[in-house]
Amino acid sequence: MSSAATLQHADVHGSHDAHHEHHHHETFITKYVFSQDHKMIAKQFLVTGIIWAIIGGLFSVVFRLQLGYPESTFPWLEDLLGHWAAGGKLKPEFYYALVTMHGTILVFFVLTAGLSGTFANFLIPLQIGARDMASPMLNMLSYWFFFLASTIMFASLFVQTGPASGGWTIYPPLSALGDASSGSKIGMDLWLVSMAMFIVSSLLGGLNYITTILNMRTKGMSMTRLPLTIWALFFTAVLGVLSFPVLLSGAILLLFDRNLGTSFYLSDIVIAGKILPNEGGSAILFQHLFWFLGHPEVYIILLPAMGMSSEIISVNSRKPIFGYMAMVGSVFAIAILAFLVWAHHMFVTGLNPFLGSVFVLLTLLIAVPSAIKVFNWLTTLWRANIRFTPGMLFAIGFVSLFISGGLTGIFLGNSALDLHLHDTYFVVAHFHIVMGVASFFGMFAGVYHWFPKMFGRYLNNTMAFIHFWVTIVGAYLIFWPMHYQGLSGMPRRYYDFSGWSSFNMFNGLNEFISLVAMIVFAVQLLFVFNFFYSMFKGRKVTDSNPWGSNTLEWTTPINPGHGNWPGEIPEVHRGAYDYAKDGKEFIPQNVPVGDDESKAH
Amino acid sequence: MWYFLMSDAFTFGAFLISYGTIRFSVNHWADPNEVFNAFPFAGHANLPLAFVSLMTFILIFSSVTMVLAVHEGHKMNRKGVEKYMILTIIGGIAFLACQAWEWTHMITGDHKVLVNGEIERWGTTVTRNPWGPHVMHNGELVSTPGPIAFGGYFFGITGFHGFHVFSGVIINVVMLIKTRLKHFDQRGHYEMIEKAGLYWHFVDLVWVFVFLCFYLV
Repeated sequence: MSSAATLQHADVHGSHDAHHEHHHHETFITKYVFSQDHKMIAKQFLVTGIIWAIIGGLFSVVFRLQLGYPESTFPWLEDLLGHWAAGGKLKPEFYYALVTMHGTILVFFVLTAGLSGTFANFLIPLQIGARDMASPMLNMLSYWFFFLASTIMFASLFVQTGPASGGWTIYPPLSALGDASSGSKIGMDLWLVSMAMFIVSSLLGGLNYITTILNMRTKGMSMTRLPLTIWALFFTAVLGVLSFPVLLSGAILLLFDRNLGTSFYLSDIVIAGKILPNEGGSAILFQHLFWFLGHPEVYIILLPAMGMSSEIISVNSRKPIFGYMAMVGSVFAIAILAFLVWAHHMFVTGLNPFLGSVFVLLTLLIAVPSAIKVFNWLTTLWRANIRFTPGMLFAIGFVSLFISGGLTGIFLGNSALDLHLHDTYFVVAHFHIVMGVASFFGMFAGVYHWFPKMFGRYLNNTMAFIHFWVTIVGAYLIFWPMHYQGLSGMPRRYYDFSGWSSFNMFNGLNEFISLVAMIVFAVQLLFVFNFFYSMFKGRKVTDSNPWGSNTLEWTTPINPGHGNWPGEIPEVHRGAYDYAKDGKEFIPQNVPVGDDESKAH
Repeated sequence: MWYFLMSDAFTFGAFLISYGTIRFSVNHWADPNEVFNAFPFAGHANLPLAFVSLMTFILIFSSVTMVLAVHEGHKMNRKGVEKYMILTIIGGIAFLACQAWEWTHMITGDHKVLVNGEIERWGTTVTRNPWGPHVMHNGELVSTPGPIAFGGYFFGITGFHGFHVFSGVIINVVMLIKTRLKHFDQRGHYEMIEKAGLYWHFVDLVWVFVFLCFYLV
């Protein structure tokens, strides 16, 4: 999209401002289903994401049941899952399918589409002062491709041979050969097709976010006046647009290997005593292609959470964010480094040790921008007049989890230590804390903070506080002990540890973890209840700027229509972080700079 | 459009890098001068790369006509745009036709294969084909001009590129129709033609790399 076209587009909107509301005679279908309003699309992403999160979370509860109580049987499981839990005991094949789908659903459908799909759509036009996305049509298609991907993935859960079960990383040859496992049959094909649709969705969304941020900022909104949320969402979109196509290539080649008899990833394979004719392929090639997406993917998940936490921490500390340009620079550095570290997932594949050491160096370099961000958050909080709103609590929780999860990344980034730690519960603990739970906290922070803008009502605070405290304590109780299990060599992805006397000492711990996991899951259902209850019955917002925030989304009416601002688009005169300046608590971005205003902060 | 092309470039980049990885990790590879020496109506006429050069020329020439269409668009000359868009579309279709012939020839033409140390010429079919999975002949494994990966990558990548050309032709046809209906005259600029042009040049550029990888190296 060239800038001229988009500007014209904006002009057209501008000249119709006065009559804007009258142009839309919306039916139920155009308003709630095939909506082109970015706010409605954001809500669609959010609700779909919540549904997926419940499914994915439920899966983890079921497989934790197996890990925590390997000796017991649960007859009700058979009623629920049929032959997958014959006799009340989960089948190993289905255990793998559950783990695979848990990873796939939470990484892609919840924390990619549900997180950046929701908040990029919702916040970008509102915070940069635009009436909608650069292309509302593509935006709508982006959601519907996601919906299509969701439908296919959901359908794969009901395939007779079960959904994909080769792990969320779907390494060949396990994923390439239908005979390799029951989950490698039609479930795997559906997985790949679903992901192809998902990639199209994220591509359409990402292109739109980038174009909108670059071309449709309101007057006075220079790039350096953008709120940090927008910067984070911008780099998220860049990462998505550049890394997902590589997974698409990998997935297409895998589909060919599965269905057309090519051998891109297969060579010298014997399966069930039969020698396969495939030759010349390389299974490691797939890992390279996968992780070239896979590593940027963790930042696609994490960056929006970082951006939203920065914004929420600054608003609720009533202080400017510490080191705005350093924050932008460190996000930029993370985005660049994200593309250069993928092989640290592959230290034990027979990677050249010299090459490994290069990847170790680049991986450990990420600690620098990460530490800059952490210290900036902490110094923003330092001696601040903190309001502990639920959004703020979750933002602080995000910082806490990011620190504890990030530190273990330094262990894993060392190729020498990784020899011992790889594929153990240490890895599980690391990535669940730093990218799983931390990003969820960013998402919760965003939902609690922007819920009043989305629905014109507040979420219930009591339920929110229960949700926060149980979740953060529970998250640490679940994942902290896993570090110790991992250090003593307990491998991930095992169905049952009772056959190994060396891991028997963890039996009680496993049971404890499973118990906490169930409690935490129950509390998430409380959040879901709170969400839907407050949508209709919550306390109504009476102040258009309830948090006393500077950014533009709070200059719109409490329930903004399509087009966001009823009159002119506000003009921006200052950065987003003029809190506690010149004795004023906050100065919104659309307030002109006064004559006697001090220059710097 | 630029951002989309960047993204698409990464897709093709991944394909071609995979190709490179495999190509340099196996010991033997098909000799392009042998494989691509046929020409329509002439069979294996020992004209190495002549046909593919013609294809490349057609595609590059269609890029030239695209440039001219964009140029006429800047001058707001609807007739000129129409003329050059039609030429571009013809170029695109011609390229696809050539590719269709080449694929047909490779899949069902006659090819040299090595059976028990002797070179034989076979009329090949989809299932009995030197570019596909291993072929057995009287219980003996038939040696083929290249590893299976050659066929896989050749058909995979040229197919993916052909799909892009096909999409490009569709886009150009839509643009032609919109030009005919004077949509761009009403809008006051021919910017959509320019965007379609960007895409077309990108597809052309990708072909240059595909050509380099499969035919020249």
